[in-house]
Amino acid sequence: MKTKRVKVGIIGTGNIGSDLLKKVLRSHYLECGIFTGQNPDSEGIKRAKKLGVTTSFTSIKAITENPDSCDIVFDATNAESHLKHAPILKKMGKFVIDLTPSRIGKMCVPVINMTECLNEQNINMVTCGGQVTIPIISAIMSVHPNTKYVEIVGSIASKSAGIGTRNNIDKYTQTTKDAIEMLAKAPLAKAIIILNPADPPITMHNTIYAQIDNPNLDLLKKAIDVTAKKVKQYVPGYHVVVGPIADNDKVTIMIEVRGAGDFLPAYAGNLDVINAAAITAAEAYAQKKLLV
Amino acid sequence: MENNLLIVDSTLRDGSHALGHQLSAEIITTYARGAEEARLPLIIVGHGNGLGASSLQLGISLLPDKEMLLTAKKQLKKTKLGAFMIPGFGTIKNDLQPAIKIGIEVLMVASHCTEANITKEHIMYATSTGIETYGVLMMSHMISAEELLQQALYMQSYGAKGVLLMDSAGAYLPEDVTKKVSTLVKGLKIAVGFHAHNNLGMAIANSVAAVKAGATIIDTTSRGLGAGAGNCQLEVFVAVMEKMGIKTELNLYKLMDNSEYIATIMKKPQEISSIGLTSGLAGVFSGFAPHALKHAKTFNLDPRDILMELGRRKVIAGQEDIIIDVAVYLKNKNDIKETTDEIEALL
Repeated sequence: MKTKRVKVGIIGTGNIGSDLLKKVLRSHYLECGIFTGQNPDSEGIKRAKKLGVTTSFTSIKAITENPDSCDIVFDATNAESHLKHAPILKKMGKFVIDLTPSRIGKMCVPVINMTECLNEQNINMVTCGGQVTIPIISAIMSVHPNTKYVEIVGSIASKSAGIGTRNNIDKYTQTTKDAIEMLAKAPLAKAIIILNPADPPITMHNTIYAQIDNPNLDLLKKAIDVTAKKVKQYVPGYHVVVGPIADNDKVTIMIEVRGAGDFLPAYAGNLDVINAAAITAAEAYAQKKLLV
Repeated sequence: MENNLLIVDSTLRDGSHALGHQLSAEIITTYARGAEEARLPLIIVGHGNGLGASSLQLGISLLPDKEMLLTAKKQLKKTKLGAFMIPGFGTIKNDLQPAIKIGIEVLMVASHCTEANITKEHIMYATSTGIETYGVLMMSHMISAEELLQQALYMQSYGAKGVLLMDSAGAYLPEDVTKKVSTLVKGLKIAVGFHAHNNLGMAIANSVAAVKAGATIIDTTSRGLGAGAGNCQLEVFVAVMEKMGIKTELNLYKLMDNSEYIATIMKKPQEISSIGLTSGLAGVFSGFAPHALKHAKTFNLDPRDILMELGRRKVIAGQEDIIIDVAVYLKNKNDIKETTDEIEALL
């Protein structure tokens, strides 16, 4: 039986775009209609061609000039470019999954608000640090609504941060903080992002600190384990490695994310976590569309 | 020599490390007033790791950034107020914009020496609002002069007025300073600066070498107040400049008075401990010292061996988890050696 798949377009052929492509090619609900960037000599385009994927170096024009090439568009460029792409794609009626910190669409973390997001036309995948920590912080808030402050420290390997990430580092930091407050409902949050150039590269590592009066570690552990299990369904390399442990009112949890090794090696869990969330959203949208 | 040397006073920023980030309004007020009287051109104020860095991870500062800056600003007329910032810690919206509103005139944007392109948004934003902005390359002993120049060129292209090499681990010798500073002086169109640490007792010598190699910005602290072994001691450096015939507009006696005040608020004298010295020798981040001490106790090791091994592995800040790995490695190595010794004794 031939399964019907929904066509996706990927704009941006860097680390994020290339990793997304690998995941799309593996999906049972998606197929890649167009993989498009700006630079004809980009390594990403060369690799995609080898995989037999239709490519273009005219960026979004490849989609506007060929509207049937896709129903879903992943934007893996940068915040500034997405500001230009968003209104064009809206007019075309495409379902847009934005991987830049542009903040145009509704922020989406699958375990938190997937269903609501499917009714939107443009959704934003927050940041890698946000995708890792927001589910756990939300679990903490459900156990301890009196949590006063939450801080996350995300360390990623320098090699896994492409130029788009680097040019938008401030927007990444700000978006992560704001998303923790908006989606996980923390009253006050802080995000710290560290690019670590160590060689061999470090695995993506995240520390969550929460200030809670009289924390109940047993209840917290249960809630965190349940949540981690849900995230693991779409990010297999997601592991709570430390905690929750408490030092007076400071509760610490550490999470490591090993990537699936689709594009960059396993250390780049940051690519994996945001892209796995994006694919989950795309597949949910595709399934809904295929049912209609 | 012409008088174009900018001596930066970071006592109320880097010195904050030595006080566990507990700078009080009284200390800031007293010191800032003294800085104005000493005719210092620029003081940098805030948490040791800069704007937005007050955190559970790095230590919560006694006063919020805003209050520290406002308190200092009240005492300043001619002396400029500056802030320090590491992208990924503070953000433009939450931290830099409020600081600009308070009236900072100078900003230093720092990154690890290989990551200069993460400073683009911050340097460009600050420059666009008319702030005099400098780039800082931290842990700069870890890469070559040519690699440093390449990173500094990024900062120049974003609009930085100058680039400072930070010897975060206190690992430079004067020859290294000469080579790296002169490479930058030759390759850049903007000013070059140096920020020394004193782990090998070289902070003054290295700052002098930087000036001789063409650096025009020297970052210092009063009494050498700073993390670990401390910084280039401001009043000593100025005295050395005078002796070398390099005129500064500074009031040396007043700088000494300020230093005597700092001595009264220090938790302990700024000295080079064996751990500080080993950090400099190994070229590792001074923040590793407490971890090395802790794991050395657990595994019955010499903390200096841990620091030296961390240096050999080129471990950097943020890799604190590797310290356990190193401790286990050293422990196993020692056990094997003991067994071999026993066998030899039997033979």
